[in-house]
Amino acid sequence: MASGIKDKVVILGAGCSKFGERWDCEPADLMAEAFEECLADAGIEKNQIEAAWQSTGIDAYSVGPGAMPLSMGLRLPYIPVTKIENYCASGTEAFRAATYAVASGACDIALAMGFEKLKDTGYGGLPQRSRGVANDLYYPNLSAPGMFAQLAAGYRAKYGTSKEDLKRAMAHISVKSHANGVKNPKAHLQRGITMEQALNAPMIAEPIGLFDCCGVSDGAACAIVTTPEIAKSLGKDRLIAVKALQLCASNGQEGGYEGWDGSYVQTTRIAAKRAYAEAGITKPREQISMTEVHDCFSITEMVTMEDLFLSDDGGSVKDVLDGVFDADGKIPCQIDGGLKCFGHPIGATGLRMIYEMYLQLSGKAGARQLPNPTIGLTHNLGGFPHQNVSSVAIIGEYGI
Amino acid sequence: MIGITAYGAYLPRMRLQKQVIADANAWFDPGLKGLAKGEKAICNWDEDTITMAVEAYIDCLGNAPGQAPAALLLASTTLPFTDRQNSVVVAEALNLNTSDLRTMDISSSQRAATSGLLSALDIAAAGKEAVLVASEHRRAKCASRDEMLFGDGAAAIAVGGENVIAELLASQSQAVDFIDHYRGEGQDFDYGWEERWVRDEGYMKIVPDAVNALLSKAGVSGGDIAHFILPTDQGRVPAMVAKNLGIKGEAVADNLLQSVGITGAAHVMLLLAHRLEQAAPGDLVLVVGFGQGCDVLLFKVTGAINSRQRSGKGVSGHLSNGRPEINYNKYQSFNSLLEKELGKRSEVNKQGYLSAMYRARGLTNSFLGGKCTACHTVQMPKHKYCVNPDCGAFDTQEDHPMAGAMGQVATWTADTLTFDYNPPAYFGMVTFEGGGRIMMDMSEVDAETFDTGSKVSVHFRLKQIDDQAGFRKYFWKAIQA
Repeated sequence: MASGIKDKVVILGAGCSKFGERWDCEPADLMAEAFEECLADAGIEKNQIEAAWQSTGIDAYSVGPGAMPLSMGLRLPYIPVTKIENYCASGTEAFRAATYAVASGACDIALAMGFEKLKDTGYGGLPQRSRGVANDLYYPNLSAPGMFAQLAAGYRAKYGTSKEDLKRAMAHISVKSHANGVKNPKAHLQRGITMEQALNAPMIAEPIGLFDCCGVSDGAACAIVTTPEIAKSLGKDRLIAVKALQLCASNGQEGGYEGWDGSYVQTTRIAAKRAYAEAGITKPREQISMTEVHDCFSITEMVTMEDLFLSDDGGSVKDVLDGVFDADGKIPCQIDGGLKCFGHPIGATGLRMIYEMYLQLSGKAGARQLPNPTIGLTHNLGGFPHQNVSSVAIIGEYGI
Repeated sequence: MIGITAYGAYLPRMRLQKQVIADANAWFDPGLKGLAKGEKAICNWDEDTITMAVEAYIDCLGNAPGQAPAALLLASTTLPFTDRQNSVVVAEALNLNTSDLRTMDISSSQRAATSGLLSALDIAAAGKEAVLVASEHRRAKCASRDEMLFGDGAAAIAVGGENVIAELLASQSQAVDFIDHYRGEGQDFDYGWEERWVRDEGYMKIVPDAVNALLSKAGVSGGDIAHFILPTDQGRVPAMVAKNLGIKGEAVADNLLQSVGITGAAHVMLLLAHRLEQAAPGDLVLVVGFGQGCDVLLFKVTGAINSRQRSGKGVSGHLSNGRPEINYNKYQSFNSLLEKELGKRSEVNKQGYLSAMYRARGLTNSFLGGKCTACHTVQMPKHKYCVNPDCGAFDTQEDHPMAGAMGQVATWTADTLTFDYNPPAYFGMVTFEGGGRIMMDMSEVDAETFDTGSKVSVHFRLKQIDDQAGFRKYFWKAIQA
């Protein structure tokens, strides 16, 4: 039985660029912005980094393939650099690779850098892209909101939830995240919205309206990881450790076999169970201080609360409306504003979440600092509800 | 005895109200209002000659994979491909037994369908079964008479020597280079001549010549004809020709000008299918195909027509299945009659990767899934490993036709962000009776009644059109039952 990753690796430093429509920035500029913050925070020199992983989701629209955008962009000292792409979980994947490299002893200090330049397409929303030569022949003519809207149809059918109740819960989620984003100077969207605005916004993909969608932004985020021992030797006293890193990829059962009803995401449930086991969490609703989940759309966040076992099955509408996941609720969700306010530069998102967990756990989150968080969970979901990659990371104070 | 053994038809559900065409163009040609009565059947953006042909065949013979006619003939002047045999696409979409099948496209004249039917009957005379499908999707210039008159549709006629419902008594063909209209190479639209000349020199001379030759050959007089089928966009001509031939007024087939429009080369077969729905044993049916001459066929309806079980909607069923459409701009957009801003999301790579398409054609052309021989799980697409987690067997899947399966909507949305010629784009998860499920596009959605749980059937439709390359891709879409 593998012993897992718990407390074997700590975050030495983290950085995050301002997210937004960074019309004046090349991807390398965004990377440098995040990296300079991260390096200063870590208190090391660039040449102490022994290996690096770059996550980009849609390289054709930003920097092209391969890992040279990162190695050239930061002028890294001829070290191994690897590009990772795994849908919207790419950022967490880069972090996972760097963490595993340190845990294995292959290197002492590693960098995970995620970035994406999405705003060079000439239109709103995510870029149109191929799903593969053969898949394009029969995959539906879809957009990202269209795919995640499937969850709403499945959820309504399973629990008999009215369209109105579901839409209110979705609106509450967006209002909550916008309110959080107001307090975050790095967020793309820093303005509050009302329930009325969320409920009455133009329809994008039934029942997902404009304010149910996350933004589309440019951005970069990164983390430097090392062992607890090295961190201590570098003078760090409050260590933020990796407690669990789990990933689950669909094998086609949800979309191709009986059982899955569209009301949940199978891979998230599996990844969450594994992550809780790895981190030694037995009562997630009691033990998790805060979450950053993949709120590409409000309905995704709602369903994810059940998939992470933070709400009972069929209970997320009530929990959301009761404020359980609000900033002052029992388990705040998207305290930094989430994808909703940061947008979703694909490769950066997972690392942006880890950055926030690191800040919160270190007590460095400024105006949005939560009182004494000890365990944070991040979650990414890439692909479609019926066919996807899901990641769950748990970050917490070292030794607890 | 050889003759017709089955018939079927297909009409697109959209019915453009002709008044909207006349109203929009009244400033330019007020005379169009004289043709503005009624409606015409028009293709949705994802329908064309091939997709309608598939539907008409199914209406005629049902959705039975592995059907093995000796020949499938496709008649049309609007074949999507000039060099890629269109009838082969139809045959694969129908999942016919293509290992022993003659296919042929017949074109270049409004007479294509009757010429095709004569060829099919020749095959029947040799002791085999053949199916002629005629399908047409013509474009017409804005504010033209053609625009008021043309409709879209398809019909299928099966012929053979057993269970004949209408026996072929005689036929007659004449070739005359009479150019009532033409469409030259590289041209999108017809160019026609004065209707009065077409009527007097064409219909009133060429048709009677050929018909009289046939009647005397068959020993039948005009007064004996129970069904006279003469497709033409000139409303009064069939009755005038009938009178000239001594055919009774009630025998003249309604040209469906105000309910369908003239469906070009398909129209004669559409009218034939329509009349066969009303025919009684012993009726004589005279069918005329007019265009650069004339084909005439004389059939006698047999007693078998009463015992035939029909599964399809037929012309009557399709006539009553329409949906009024009053958006002229939508019609023009669907037919590329105006230059529309489709948005940057339409600017995707539309390359037809032919080798990948060839490998995928079991799924894309024929909607074949896989059925595991170990656990009998049906899955789409077919896969090397069984999707059933309790099985997972390797290399056990056989082709499993899914095109006839009924399904149920498990999840769905109406997407306004993604590019679609007819937004919003509907798609979702469809679960099939008997197993199998797939995330797929939907078409012809009735937004008022559509929801999770809606019953659907699947239909061969256009998936993507590449105007630049002149290529189009097809796949199957779920349509509310």
